[in-house]
Amino acid sequence: MCGIAGIIHRDGSSDVGTEMTSMLQSMKHRGPDSAGYALFGQPTELVVIRFKLADANDPRDFDFSERLERHRQEVESRLHKIGATVDRVERETEYAYRATVRYDGDMKALADYLESVPGCEVLSLGHSLEIVKDLGDAQQVSDMYKIGGFEGTHAIGHVRMATESDVDISGAHPYWAYPFSDVAVVHNGQLTNYFQWKRRLEFNGERFQSECDSEIIAVYLAEKMSDGDSLEDAMHKSLEDLDGVFTYMAVTKDALGVAKDEMAAKPLVLYESDDLVAMASEEIAIRAVLGREIDTHDPYEGEVLVWTR
Amino acid sequence: MSGSRRITYDARGLAEPIAEVPHVATIENGKATFDAADLTIRQINLELRNLIYEQGIRDVVVQNPGAKHSIGVGILQRCRIRYEGSLGYFGLGLIDGPEITVTGRVGWSVCENMMSGVVVIEKNAGSLTGAALRGGDLIVKGDVGARTGIDQKGGTIIVGGDAGTNTGFMMQRGRQIILGNVGPHLGDSMYDGTLYVGGTVRSLGLDCVEGEWTDADTELVERKFRIHGLGDPPPLRKFVCGKVLYNYDNLEPSEKKLVI
Repeated sequence: MCGIAGIIHRDGSSDVGTEMTSMLQSMKHRGPDSAGYALFGQPTELVVIRFKLADANDPRDFDFSERLERHRQEVESRLHKIGATVDRVERETEYAYRATVRYDGDMKALADYLESVPGCEVLSLGHSLEIVKDLGDAQQVSDMYKIGGFEGTHAIGHVRMATESDVDISGAHPYWAYPFSDVAVVHNGQLTNYFQWKRRLEFNGERFQSECDSEIIAVYLAEKMSDGDSLEDAMHKSLEDLDGVFTYMAVTKDALGVAKDEMAAKPLVLYESDDLVAMASEEIAIRAVLGREIDTHDPYEGEVLVWTR
Repeated sequence: MSGSRRITYDARGLAEPIAEVPHVATIENGKATFDAADLTIRQINLELRNLIYEQGIRDVVVQNPGAKHSIGVGILQRCRIRYEGSLGYFGLGLIDGPEITVTGRVGWSVCENMMSGVVVIEKNAGSLTGAALRGGDLIVKGDVGARTGIDQKGGTIIVGGDAGTNTGFMMQRGRQIILGNVGPHLGDSMYDGTLYVGGTVRSLGLDCVEGEWTDADTELVERKFRIHGLGDPPPLRKFVCGKVLYNYDNLEPSEKKLVI
């Protein structure tokens, strides 16, 4: 089933961490397996890297901790070698980290170099995007990663009921649109031409970190945008190219978009005002933030809507 | 095992307080009113059922339903219920007899399997509105989502605004009157029933054809609009089943594909 949510403050910022937690937690019944956030803080000159060195349910063998520490040091060493000036590397959980660096080189080269460290997966990379995801419900993930109080402009989130792949962090949403900085996707649905597109995109040199069909959307959009498409154009093309049932949201540093398949098989409720747009699989998620009577509607089949700041 | 279990779980696996009627309604001149803002789904439904079935109240106002799911399901009694706010998914299902007004919007699958009565939604409705509707009148003054009246078996659905894809999908009986535009695949795979559309039709579904307008159509539409105070009906087009797809001949399924 899964539940997705998005919120964008079109003028100004807010505690989007707490807002998104409230939205996702109200839809806990749509997916208890994992929860994830793509949060956009105020843009900074530093590059924020969210990465993990193991999965939540990896077996804890005797040298697990020592190995993680060794790999963390290797990540830091590689950051230096590639020309990044490390500002800070913080350990968020036993296996997840947040690094801030000064770096103006090629983002793909940076991501590839880090991901060749055993067990390393770059969850997000950008000047304002931070992807946080883990097993458990939204409140648990928020508590683990201290999401509450995250001041930002917009965010998307996901609660997952795993149907297409394992229950692990790699299968959790959102997906970063590797190698594009500051682009992420959440998805509710199933893609039936997943393997076809995965083969095509891998042939073009794209990389996948999971067996989850939803990752295709992020990589697909990234490739289209690398060819010069805008986010909105890429999303329109996805309606033609992707088969199956889906409602997905995509975010960039200054925009939030949503797309529904031609059958409108997956729900989305939308609230829009001059200064705030909020959407979710269920209206209760929007009310968890607004807490008052609101007018909402369901976007129609084949619709692509994009809001910018 | 000993001791009582103080927490129960609803169908979604969420913890709910033990099922007890909250008794929060105030009753004046035979009319009950209660605020649902701080009540769970189960408490709202228990309060409703207690008022209608145990206390015999026939006029109930539910304030602040807060778009919660599965509200007001299975009311099998002639009565009036007014929801001041919005309902979530699967609201008002399996009802038989009540006259209901919702001042806000409703989520997916409102009035599923409704048997009789009148339901008026003042704003929009989600997808699957009136799914498997069997009788009664369901009026949505705003827009509706996809697959309105899927598997409809009777009754009348009136929509003031637009409708999404696959409106009337696999419809078997009953009527739909859509005043606005409808999305693609109107009446796809319908068996019977009638679809009236005031706006544009993006495309017809499999085995749906435009029908010939008769005096009986005029009488029906005018009567429904008059009963519900909807003013004069606009010009409408009529769509019905072409009766080529299902059970109308002795062709094998593989042969039907060639026919259609």
